[in-house]
Amino acid sequence: MTMIEIRWHGRGGQGAVTASEVIASASILEGKYALAFPEFGAERRGAPVRAYTRITDSPLIPRTPVERPDVVVILDRSLVRRDYIEGLKEGGIIVANVPLKPQELLDKLGLAGQYKAATVDATSVALKWLKANIVNTAILGALIRSTGIVRLDTVLEVIKSRFHGKIADVNVMAVKDAYDSTQLSWG
Amino acid sequence: MSVKQLPKWNEMAIGGVIANPGNSLEYKTGDWKVLMPVIDQEKCTRCRICWYVCPDSAILELDKSYITKKGRTYKVTYDVNYDFCKGCGMCAQECPVKAIDMVPVEVA
Amino acid sequence: MEELKTRRPIPLSTNYAIAYAARDLDVDVVSAYPITPQTTVVEKVSEFVANGELDAAFIHVESEHSALSAAIAAALTGARAFTATASQGLALMHEMLHIASGLRAPVVMSVAMRSLSAPISIWNDQSDIFNARDAGWVIMFVHTAQEAYDTVIQAYRIAEDPSVLLPVMVAYDGYVMSHTTEPVVVEGRESVMKFAPKRQYPYRLDPDRPVTIGAIVPPEYYYEIKYQQVKAMEGALPKVDEVDREFGKAFGRSYGVMECYMCEGAEALIMANASYAATLKSLLPDAWKQGYKVGLLRLRLYRPFPLRQFVEYTSNVKSLLVVDRSISYGAPYQGPLANEIAGAKLKEDLGFNLISVVAGIGQRTMENEDFIALARLAWEGRTRKFPETVFYGVRE
Repeated sequence: MTMIEIRWHGRGGQGAVTASEVIASASILEGKYALAFPEFGAERRGAPVRAYTRITDSPLIPRTPVERPDVVVILDRSLVRRDYIEGLKEGGIIVANVPLKPQELLDKLGLAGQYKAATVDATSVALKWLKANIVNTAILGALIRSTGIVRLDTVLEVIKSRFHGKIADVNVMAVKDAYDSTQLSWG
Repeated sequence: MSVKQLPKWNEMAIGGVIANPGNSLEYKTGDWKVLMPVIDQEKCTRCRICWYVCPDSAILELDKSYITKKGRTYKVTYDVNYDFCKGCGMCAQECPVKAIDMVPVEVA
Repeated sequence: MEELKTRRPIPLSTNYAIAYAARDLDVDVVSAYPITPQTTVVEKVSEFVANGELDAAFIHVESEHSALSAAIAAALTGARAFTATASQGLALMHEMLHIASGLRAPVVMSVAMRSLSAPISIWNDQSDIFNARDAGWVIMFVHTAQEAYDTVIQAYRIAEDPSVLLPVMVAYDGYVMSHTTEPVVVEGRESVMKFAPKRQYPYRLDPDRPVTIGAIVPPEYYYEIKYQQVKAMEGALPKVDEVDREFGKAFGRSYGVMECYMCEGAEALIMANASYAATLKSLLPDAWKQGYKVGLLRLRLYRPFPLRQFVEYTSNVKSLLVVDRSISYGAPYQGPLANEIAGAKLKEDLGFNLISVVAGIGQRTMENEDFIALARLAWEGRTRKFPETVFYGVRE
């Protein structure tokens, strides 16, 4: 397989780093090679943060920032801007936490025809299940739905191993809920 | 003894470990002194202060009785282990009855 | 072997991989102080101790100086001791680094390499380890989380070997490795202990066999004891190789003391370690496509320096670019590794052109194209001299 590169944009506390790790972990459990790493700033709640995931079938993976992603995941609606899409490969996918239809998002960004989009109101999903604006698990549902890079079941397995008890339960519900409510620009 | 006659690097324990305990007894430091303490058994009251203050444990408390000229009997005798006494003079300084004299070591 | 190959990797960061290694090695004493980016090593180990997966004394100390002091003392009582640190922590340990090697305490320490203050930077470079290189420790660089797990296991075999008895540092890049999740095969306690059974310090503190450790040593003895360290370090070289080979037999993975990657037909080499080596492995094919026939010389064992392998790999190349991620201010080459490679080149009468490059200071971002640029520099170095250290990417 060719390498799939994902770039995550969120704000400190929303869980972009954890989400990048969950996807890499699920990929590893499915027998692939994957790396996940944050753009290491001094993490502060609310500050914009980046994280990266690379998935492939070879152990040779660069440990450099992802400049030309296949997928851009935006966890915070204040970051749904063109400058965060920079470098996205032609035909790449934007996965965004916005209460918009995917085509509306592409039109709003002026990127219709150039990219695909998957949208989900992850904030509402997170508030419903987690009672907090921690949208990372919800956005994972949208990412899996739109890319199919890992199986939903594997992601749920990782979440159950990372979180415990009720926290695990509500996160599993958030992933599933977001998975079902994600809208794709391509049908 | 010349340094060249000492053990080679591979003949010594690693890390400077001293594996034969108590070997400081082999290292006689008594020849460092210029003045040596001499205890006057007549004046000595057996108070044990010299024994306490000696930094080199070079004052010996011997199970040897001593009768003074005035007829007083002591059950112990204090002596100096000159193999380890460095001649610091603390015993003489602290002796409450000035029973210890520091006298020049005879040069052999 | 078939069974080994099919073992399922689990997702771990390098920090966690090291904690798992400490667990599987059944370390007796862990004495550590948390410091970014090493913290999650200590967190995970303390978790293992708390939940009963590791029966160890976890000593909470007030500083890294004490952390290493306690680890040294533990090792000298015959315990298997582990500690971990980074950056200022390693700097604060500096005095004890020399005491560990001087007392021949087989401590193993992982180092999540990080820059040094001032100014304060929590980010990665290798200033900490290069400031510690002359402290008499065996130093190994690893480039994946798997290699970190494997090397910590190998490190105890090396450290505790009666012919070595030296402390070992296992170093990896802070953040870029310490906090990166990647696949790791964890072998588990039983097979790890079979490979690395505990061997005690021969002069361990034992009331039944009293010894004096750490006595003052006068001029007529000190030199010989330091020379013992010279010989121990020389002896460690074949031992590291041997342990790595045996590890390969036991677990199906081995690394060598120095790795030459894509060296077949290469006219130039880049010498790099840790994450830069991993990145270069993935990007060199692109460099070759662009006409730069450049190989990677991956520095794994740093102390003792594997000179024979170095000569073997560099004797037929036209240029060698050495990437340093620390600065030796005012030195002839201002990259410390380049400086000593210049010494090796002279000593062994090697013909390559040496290019000293400093990069990634304070984790200055190096993108893929920057690594290709290094390959281009190495390539240009075949026919062009670079008399001064190149400070790659600095604004000037």
